[in-house]
Amino acid sequence: MSTSTDHGRPDPDAGTLALTHDGRPVADRGDTVCVIGAGASGLTAVKNLKEHGFGVDCYERETGVGGAWNWRHDRSPVYGSTHLISSRPFTQFPDFPMPDDWPDYPHHSQLLAYFERYADHFDLRSHIWFGTEVVRVEPVAGDRWDVTTRSTGGYGPERTSRYAAVVVANGHNWSPKLPRYEGLEEFRGEIMHASSYKDPAQLRGKRVLVVGAGNTGCDIAVEAAQQASRCWHSTRRGYWYAPKYVLGRPADQVNDALLALRVPLRVRQWLYHWTLRLTVGDLTRFGLPKPDHRVYETHPIANSQLVYYVGHGEITPVPDVTRFHPYGVELSDGRQIDPELVVFATGYLPRFEFLDPKIIGDDEGAGRPRLWLNAFTPGHPTLAVAGLVQPDSGIFTLSHWQTVLFARLLRLRRTRPDRAAAFAGKVEAHAGERYSGQVKDSSRHWFEVGHADYLRAVQRALHDLEGNR
Amino acid sequence: MRGREWARPVRPVRREVLSATPELEEGRPPLLFVPGFGHGAWAFAEHWLGHAASRGFGAYALSLRGHGGSGPAPDATLRAYAHDVVQVAASLPRQAVLVGHGAGALVVAHALARYPARAAVLVAPVLGGWGTLGAALRGNPLGTLPALVGGPLRLTRRQLFSRELPEEQARAYVSRLGRAGRRAQWQLLTGRAPEPPVGDPPVLVLGSPDDRVVPAATLTRAARRFGSAPLLFPGMGHDLMLDARWSEPVDAILDWLQKEPTPSA
Ligand SMILES: Cc1cc2nc3c(=O)[nH]c(=O)nc-3n(C[C@H](O)[C@H](O)[C@H](O)COP(=O)(O)OP(=O)(O)OC[C@H]3O[C@@H](n4cnc5c(N)ncnc54)[C@H](O)[C@@H]3O)c2cc1C
Ligand SMILES: NC(=O)c1ccc[n+]([C@@H]2O[C@H](COP(=O)([O-])OP(=O)(O)OC[C@H]3O[C@@H](n4cnc5c(N)ncnc54)[C@H](OP(=O)(O)O)[C@@H]3O)[C@@H](O)[C@H]2O)c1
Repeated sequence: MSTSTDHGRPDPDAGTLALTHDGRPVADRGDTVCVIGAGASGLTAVKNLKEHGFGVDCYERETGVGGAWNWRHDRSPVYGSTHLISSRPFTQFPDFPMPDDWPDYPHHSQLLAYFERYADHFDLRSHIWFGTEVVRVEPVAGDRWDVTTRSTGGYGPERTSRYAAVVVANGHNWSPKLPRYEGLEEFRGEIMHASSYKDPAQLRGKRVLVVGAGNTGCDIAVEAAQQASRCWHSTRRGYWYAPKYVLGRPADQVNDALLALRVPLRVRQWLYHWTLRLTVGDLTRFGLPKPDHRVYETHPIANSQLVYYVGHGEITPVPDVTRFHPYGVELSDGRQIDPELVVFATGYLPRFEFLDPKIIGDDEGAGRPRLWLNAFTPGHPTLAVAGLVQPDSGIFTLSHWQTVLFARLLRLRRTRPDRAAAFAGKVEAHAGERYSGQVKDSSRHWFEVGHADYLRAVQRALHDLEGNR
Repeated sequence: MRGREWARPVRPVRREVLSATPELEEGRPPLLFVPGFGHGAWAFAEHWLGHAASRGFGAYALSLRGHGGSGPAPDATLRAYAHDVVQVAASLPRQAVLVGHGAGALVVAHALARYPARAAVLVAPVLGGWGTLGAALRGNPLGTLPALVGGPLRLTRRQLFSRELPEEQARAYVSRLGRAGRRAQWQLLTGRAPEPPVGDPPVLVLGSPDDRVVPAATLTRAARRFGSAPLLFPGMGHDLMLDARWSEPVDAILDWLQKEPTPSA
C-alpha cells in the first residue's frame, strides 16, 4: 500500500519547461499518460497503459480506489445491501477473475476487495495521486493536454502538468438526476435521492414512496416492503422484472448461451416472455402497468423479489407522480397518497465539468458526448473516455477492452502513424454509433449497449488497428 | 468475446497450493509452478519451492484438479486446468511468473491468454498435437497405448529420471504419480492451439536433450515459437525438478528472472 513513494509522479519543480496559454507554469510529463479517476475503469486504464509500456499518472479525488464500489466515499451510490446485478463471469476483468468460490452475485464489499487486490496485484497504487481532483483538461499543440489539479475540497494551489494523452474514467453514476415537480418545495415530508440511501433503518416504520424502477428503485422498494410500514412504488411505465435465476442458472448466463448460438433477438424476446409467463404470469393483475416495450428495450432489471412482494401486497404499484402538496403526493391517475419519506431512485447523469463540452461533442453541455465506441472523440486522437457504457452485463470487461484499444492506438501513433490516422478517420466517420437494439428514449439509455454487439465492435477495431484483417 | 465461456463457468473445486516464502520480502515476483499430467504440487515441494524461497522468490505450486491434494475431477478439461492456474495466479499478492512442466506447460500456455503473467517458463514442455503421441509411443509404447482409449498414461522411471537418481527414490516418485482427466488427455492431442499470451510476457524454454518424453527437436520448436532458444541440461530425465541435479535448472530460471525484470514493452 505504498502511496508515499514518489515514483512516476509529476514533480512541479523539476521539468517546468512551458507555460499555459494564460501564463502559469506547466510540468512537462513527456510521454506519460494521465488517467482521471481510480474506479474500476481508471484502474484498468492504468494497468493496461502500464502493460503497454507507458508511464501513467492517475488522479483520484477520493482517498481510495474502487470508485462507486467504495462505500466509504461520499459520492458512492451503493447501499448496504447492494449485490451485483450481472453475474460473476460477466462482471470480472477478463484477465483477472474473481475467486470462483464467490457467490454468483457478490456483495459490494467483495467488489471493493476485488478492486483493491487488482490494484495491489498489478502495483497500480504507486501511480495514483489520491485526494487530488482534476479541475481542468485543456488541449494544447501537438495533440497534448494540460491537466490542472488541486487537493479535493478546493484548498491548496492548483498545479498544471502536460501529458501526451488523457483517459477520462470519472464514472457516470455519482451525480444524482433529480426531476422537478410542482409543489416539491412545500412538501413537509422527508425527501432523498437514492444516492444518500445507505441502510434499511432509514425506512423502518415509515410510509415510503419510491420513485423509479431502475435496479436501485427496485432494490429499495423491496427493502421498504420488508422494513417500512407502507411502500408505494411509482413508475412512469411498465417494465419487465427479470428474475436473477432462470432454468437453474443466473439469467445472464442463459442469455449468453443463446447469444453464443446466435439465436436472433426476436426469438430471444419470445423465449423470455414465455419463461416469465410460466413463472410469475401476467403482472397487470397486481396493478402493475403493462410494459410499453419489449424485453431488452429498457436497461435490464434483475430482481427476483420485487414481484414477490407485490404479490404479497407489501408493495403497492402506483403511476407517475404529478405534483406534491404539503402533506401528500398526487399521482397521474388522480389518486393522492401520504408518504412520510420519498426516495427518488431516478438515476444519475454523467458530468465532465473539467472539459469544454465541445471537445467531446456534447454541444449542449448536457453530459451526453458524441463518441465512437462510446470512447473516442473526433478530432482528439489522444483523448479517450473509459467506462461510459451502460451494458446489459458488467461494465469492467468493456472498460478493459476500451483501454487496451487506446493503449494500442497510442503505441501505433509512434510506430505506425498511418494506421493511427486510419483509426482517427473511423472515429470521425462513426461517432455517435449505437451498439444496442432499439431502446426507449430516456437519459438512462444514452449509453446503453448490448455487451455482445459492443465487444464485437471493439474487437473489430482492434483487429483493424493491428492490421490482422 | 467469450460468451460461451461466460455462459458456462468452470465448476469451482478445492485446490491444493503448497508454498515457500522468503524470510525477507524483496519485491521479487512470486513464482507459480504448474505440474504436468499425473504430477501434483508435491513434485515441486521436494526441492524447487524451498530453493526459490531461499533465493528471495515467493514460490507456490498447485495441484491441478484431480491431482495431488486437489478435489477430484474425472471429467476435467484443459480449460478447467487453465482456470485453476489463473485462479491461483490471481490470488497471489503480486503479478506472478508461471512455470509449467510437461503438459503443465501447455496448461500455462493456455493460462497466459487469460492472465498477464510477469513472465513464463516452460520446462520440458509437452505442447500437444499428434507429434507428442509419436514421441510417447516410441519412448514407452506399453504405458502410452491405454491412454489412447481413455485409460491412464503410465510413465516409467526411465522416462522421468536419469540413472544418477537412486533407484529407490525414483521408484518412490513414480508410485506417487496420478492421472489426468480422460478428456484433458484427448485435448492434449486434438485440442486447439493456445491463443496468444496477453501482456507480452517474456518466455523461457528449458529441458534436457536426454528427456525420453520430450525430444530435443520439440524443445527447439517450442522455444522458437516464443522467439528464443531452449536452455539445455544434458543428462537429465523429463522430471527436471526431481532428478538428481535438480538445482541446475531452477538456478537457471531464477538467474534469468533476475536479468529479465519487466515484460518487454
Ligand atoms: C447501486 C449501483 C449498482 C451497480 N451495479 C453494477 C453491476 O452489478 N455491474 C456493473 O457492471 N455495474 C454496476 N453499476 C454501475 C457502476 O457505475 C460501475 O460498476 C462502475 O462503478 C463504473 O466504474 P467507473 O470506474 O467507470 O466509475 P466510478 O466507479 O464512478 O469511478 C470514477 C472515479 O473517478 C473519480 N473522479 C471523478 N471525477 C474526478 C475528478 N474530476 N478528479 C479526480 N477524480 C475524479 C471518482 O472519485 C471515482 O473514484 C452499479 C451502479 C450503482 C449505482
Ligand atoms: N447491482 C445492482 O444491484 C444495482 C443496483 C442498482 C443500480 N445498478 C445499476 O446502476 C445504474 C443506475 O441505476 P438506477 O436504478 O440508479 O438508475 P436508472 O437505471 O437510470 O433508473 C432510473 C429510474 O427512474 C425513472 N426516472 C428517471 N427520470 C424520471 C422522471 N423524471 N420521472 C419519473 N421517473 C423517472 C426511470 O424511468 P424511465 O425508464 O422511464 O426512464 C427509471 O425507472 C444502472 O446501470 C443499474 O443497472 C445496479
